[in-house]
Amino acid sequence: MLHIKPILVALKRHKAGTILIAMQIALTLAIVCNALFIIDQRLDRIARPTGLDESNLVIIRNRWVGVTDEATGPLIHGDVQALRQLPGVQDAISINSYPLAGGGWSTGVRVNVDDKKSKAHTTLYFSDEHMLPTMGARLIAGRNFTPDEVTDAKANAVDTPAVIIITKALAHDLFPDGSALGKSVYVSDTKKPSTIVGIVERMQVPWNSSWADAWAENAVFQPYVLMYSGNVLLIRTKPGQQDAVMKSAPEMLFKLNRMRVFPKENGVRTFANQRESIYKRDRGMAILMGVVCLVLLGITAAGIVGLTSFWVGQRRKQIGVRRALGATKRDILSYFLTENLLIGTVGVLIGALMAIGMNLWLVTQFEMARLSLAYVAIGVVALLLLGQGAVLAPAMRASRVQPVEATRSV
Amino acid sequence: MLSYYLDLALRSLRRNKMLTALMVLAIALGIGASMTTLTVLHVLSGDPLPGTSASLFYPQVDPRELDGYEPGKEPPSQVTWIDGMNLLHAKRADHQALMTGGSVPLQPNQSNVDPFYSNARYTTNEFFPMFHVPFLFGHGWSQSEDDAKARVVVISRTLNDKLFGGKDSTGQTLRIKDVAFQVIGVLDTWRPNPHFYDLYMGRYSASEDVFVPLTTSRDTRLEHDGSTDCWGSGGGDEEHAETQPCVWLQFWVQLDSATKVAAYKDFLTHYSQEQKALGRFQRPVNVRLPVLMEWLDINKVVPGDVKLQTWLAFGFLLVCLVNTVGLMLAKFLRRAGELGVRRALGASKREVFIQLLVESGVIGLAGGIAGLLLAVLGLWLVRLQPSDYASLAHLDLKMLLTTFLLAVGSTLLAGLLPAWRACQITPALQLKSQ
Repeated sequence: MLHIKPILVALKRHKAGTILIAMQIALTLAIVCNALFIIDQRLDRIARPTGLDESNLVIIRNRWVGVTDEATGPLIHGDVQALRQLPGVQDAISINSYPLAGGGWSTGVRVNVDDKKSKAHTTLYFSDEHMLPTMGARLIAGRNFTPDEVTDAKANAVDTPAVIIITKALAHDLFPDGSALGKSVYVSDTKKPSTIVGIVERMQVPWNSSWADAWAENAVFQPYVLMYSGNVLLIRTKPGQQDAVMKSAPEMLFKLNRMRVFPKENGVRTFANQRESIYKRDRGMAILMGVVCLVLLGITAAGIVGLTSFWVGQRRKQIGVRRALGATKRDILSYFLTENLLIGTVGVLIGALMAIGMNLWLVTQFEMARLSLAYVAIGVVALLLLGQGAVLAPAMRASRVQPVEATRSV
Repeated sequence: MLSYYLDLALRSLRRNKMLTALMVLAIALGIGASMTTLTVLHVLSGDPLPGTSASLFYPQVDPRELDGYEPGKEPPSQVTWIDGMNLLHAKRADHQALMTGGSVPLQPNQSNVDPFYSNARYTTNEFFPMFHVPFLFGHGWSQSEDDAKARVVVISRTLNDKLFGGKDSTGQTLRIKDVAFQVIGVLDTWRPNPHFYDLYMGRYSASEDVFVPLTTSRDTRLEHDGSTDCWGSGGGDEEHAETQPCVWLQFWVQLDSATKVAAYKDFLTHYSQEQKALGRFQRPVNVRLPVLMEWLDINKVVPGDVKLQTWLAFGFLLVCLVNTVGLMLAKFLRRAGELGVRRALGASKREVFIQLLVESGVIGLAGGIAGLLLAVLGLWLVRLQPSDYASLAHLDLKMLLTTFLLAVGSTLLAGLLPAWRACQITPALQLKSQ
């Protein structure tokens, strides 16, 4: 470590190679830091809890054909009643949407009737008193809807309900002091107040895109069964009965009424399928970034091995002279390791600046957060270790050079 | 001479197989990754209607109330029924069409086919001539059929194949949401990319299977899908969508010359002023008239992830190239002795330089071919992805050529520095040290 000066002098004679290695390390660090950061962001997004009890949940997307919206009411009630009787089914509801569905209802909520601007943005879930148990939502304050609070509603003219249940996140947005239970709020453009009778721990919105990130857990549950030609049937099965219900439920529904369509591709699926398909792109991006990182590190390591091997080959004679003059094998080894450490340090210093610069640029171009310095630190350590590891094999070869080589002419 | 250099290059490359393989692999990976992402980007940022897109414009006016007004902001990205109809009936452009999307239940006459839903477009008669939509059988509808809310339908080739076995189905009846429609036209394959005329119905989705006059769709209460953006007292009530303060329709015009474009913009300004005088519009006049490609740009149609991947891939290629420069430098300098002999025997600097460039060119070519295979593999992987543009990711001739030029060009560039350094060797010094 103390022989830095001769190393610097030697490096001056290999300017091009030194600069190339440093540059490669810098570029690799900049790309790997940002890629790791993107991977972590995507994985965080995938890991967000929905608030649903996700196992044993079957989703059927139902569309009525040749039935007016008004006439769907009795049919939907019939479906839900029949599903609740079906063997293997614990509970079932007809609902407008669900977390990660990809599409649903959104609106603003006001605290005072005269407010021009809404206090918080939210999604709306409509169903009966079986909604919370079927979804597996955890009520942390207040109560569930009672059957007499539930009414039918036309999907294109939904009224304002007297009672609503909201999520904890929305409660906090509306009443930061924690006093939401029992308060009245105004959903959408209505003049009629709705009383908050219950608070649910968590329920995600139907969207996973970034436009809903700021209010990802804001939901209002309303006690309406929507009369609508495109409803969703959400079925909670008994443990282990999921596959059986996935077959029996559609068959039973068709027997009940043929005036319906289940879309071919994703008409009937488990929630696990839905989650996988919705996050497929995020997972794909994370995997791609991971592969790119690994390959980049591999190529950089190979480059260091190649260039150092060449330097060792070129300096066999000098190494021999040093050995003959009393340098130990360890001295030679540490010479090459130190040399690499010096180049690597310059590389990672430039690379760290480039990583931050690249991130700042990415922030302006894409929806992305600021890079946390921890990633840069991890990247710096990783690349320095990689460099030391890569240089080890050629350096060992160098240390095995015999002193007698000093006397050979080639 | 070149064949001699080629021979020398191959010999030298064979001498150190590991190093050669490493260089070729690095180039191949860099090229493969950048070509895959570049092809996807190229496909996604393409012109949906080459040749015609320059004369297609998307007029925007701002009918919203004063609340929430911020100067300089874009007007709404769609129009209301009232404005759409006013602009349509003004007929100030060479062609104009008002439209929105939807999803309709089809009830085939054949008892063996279950009813199913298809994507539909509700539009006005000039949609077909304006967008140069090709017809296989029959034709579109006319102004009088728009006015009469005629029960007529134009269907896609795929739907015609499915329902009528590909035969000329004009004159046949198709039941849509319990109403009998007469098929008057069948489209030939038509898939503009992106789905530019309505970006809310999937930016890269296929064009619709069912086309119905807009007026008819309202009369038969066909459901409308896509974006509905309301303000003030607007509740998005489907049944009274004509009078609601909501934007939910797209309006396109064709303007064949620059003077017509300027005149149309003036017309939009006058229209807005007039509506403001009537009290319908409240905000200051704010009109836009982007041409098709501009409109796609404003809406950032190309997904951010795709651009990000392209940048990443090019960063990756850069590292691969720096790596190759380093390795080639090592390799060439190691052969200083050999090059010294060649120089001493009379080869000029230039000849040595060319010889070394040929060697890097060979590596570039090999890397390019391997990279091309990787790109084909990469695009196949992209096509397995669930996104709506996945099926479009194919390598075309232009991209194929670009790949080769990029591979060979970049390795030659990477070979420049090492070759230049190596030919600086003074023959005498090298020979002496031997």
